[in-house]
Amino acid sequence: MGGRESTMVLLDENGIRCDGRKIDEPRRILIKAGGLKNADGSAYIEFGENKILVGVYGPRDVHPKHMSNTDTGILRVRYHMEPFSVGERKNPAPSRREIEISKVIKEALLPAVILENFPRTAVDVFIEVLQADGGTRCAALSAASVALADAGIPMRDMVAACASGKAADTIILDVNNEEDQAGQADMPIGYMPTLEKITLLQLDGVLNPEEFKKCVETGIHGCEIVYDLQKKALNEKYFKNGGDK
Amino acid sequence: MTQTVIDDLKKSQILELLEQGKRVDGRALDEPRRLTVEINAIPKANGSARVRLGDTEAICGVKIQPDRPFPDMGDKGIFICTAELLPLSHPSVETGPPGPDVIELARVVDRGVRESHMVDVSQLVIQENKSVVGVFADIVVVDYDGNLFDACSYAATAAILNSKLPKWEMQDDIPSLVDGAETALPTTTIPVSITMAKIGNHIVVDPNSDEWASMDSRITITTDSDGNIVALQKGGKDGFTLDEIVKCGELSVKVGAQIRETLKRTGEDGQ
Repeated sequence: MGGRESTMVLLDENGIRCDGRKIDEPRRILIKAGGLKNADGSAYIEFGENKILVGVYGPRDVHPKHMSNTDTGILRVRYHMEPFSVGERKNPAPSRREIEISKVIKEALLPAVILENFPRTAVDVFIEVLQADGGTRCAALSAASVALADAGIPMRDMVAACASGKAADTIILDVNNEEDQAGQADMPIGYMPTLEKITLLQLDGVLNPEEFKKCVETGIHGCEIVYDLQKKALNEKYFKNGGDK
Repeated sequence: MTQTVIDDLKKSQILELLEQGKRVDGRALDEPRRLTVEINAIPKANGSARVRLGDTEAICGVKIQPDRPFPDMGDKGIFICTAELLPLSHPSVETGPPGPDVIELARVVDRGVRESHMVDVSQLVIQENKSVVGVFADIVVVDYDGNLFDACSYAATAAILNSKLPKWEMQDDIPSLVDGAETALPTTTIPVSITMAKIGNHIVVDPNSDEWASMDSRITITTDSDGNIVALQKGGKDGFTLDEIVKCGELSVKVGAQIRETLKRTGEDGQ
């Protein structure tokens, strides 16, 4: 954040961003529920140039056995980027960044899923980032919620996610890759709109307390936009085509 | 730290006390544990600090040495912060590669110091695009009583504040050390992280290990000397409302200012 100087104009005099968006406008979002034959639930999301595929298995037996919990089912999340998903080839082995993102996405989904009725089982969420362009964790979390719902996992609410941030001294919605590199702050938010609960929140960059509050509110607004598209995706699969894939 | 039946019993007791506005160890809800800082505990390091936050103890050593710059950052030095949980810190800690908890710890502590721009990396260039100074703040946790995030963050900050920067000059295309030309490591601000746990509907500052095992969710907020929020990480199995997040932001500024005074004093004594 603010680490690299750039000649790019992040925000022009008409309030238009480097990719032509307004300050409170998210990128183009496409969400599809289902799509994978073997997975119990799946979803695909395109969020700007991000392309992410999510498959869910379970509730199923836990291996290794010692991980199982006699009181509740457990949730396991793996966030993984393909070697070809970024500019320079990425080593396919899980990086420390991917391990941390797996953990924060898991903890963002835990308040939503109801696994108490499935003791000694695991629900596995596999997130594969096919192409990355800034904001993958939010797009991945939004898709994972749809995949969990598609798998029929009982949920209190779906988690919708969107980042907000600060670039050119302005609070903006849905930070893209350029704004992430040259901007002043990036704040990914995961939110359950019906329960009004924030389940994922991270920040890097500098914000004063007023900007901080505005940034969270802006992100929540983005989550509400994503939430409508998540519901639309499930609607399209389950109610428009008679429930077939 | 695995959950046991005792933890469940402790949680109900902790919750019961919180309903009366009390904590297990008698602290106020917004009161951190006693912080003691011993600076220059490791004389062979360029800067160091041994920090005790209640019964959680962490040691940070800063090593400063010439390094090659990152390809796209030839005009800036390097700052890297790591954290490790040693097997002697708790019976449940095993040797081997770090798990997700420890990886998160290291990355959150690094992000707090990095995003505050505490270490002025623009002043750490020996020859642009060729040779820069690398500052490595390595933290080890030696005793565990909850809230490693803040103990590690304070250890790193105190060690950096008291670090001495050696001087290098290019000779025959390699950096060579100039004797007796040490200066204070250039810093711009003092970042302070404050970790808060949500237990039931109560928010407590600096949770100890019993509170840590009982919490529903947690949030770590780092602020700088100007009272800006520079980094944040939510964790745990529950969420926060917008009001709670705003309240945690205010708490982190207020409590952070008290901790910053303690850390600042170590810098003044040490120079």
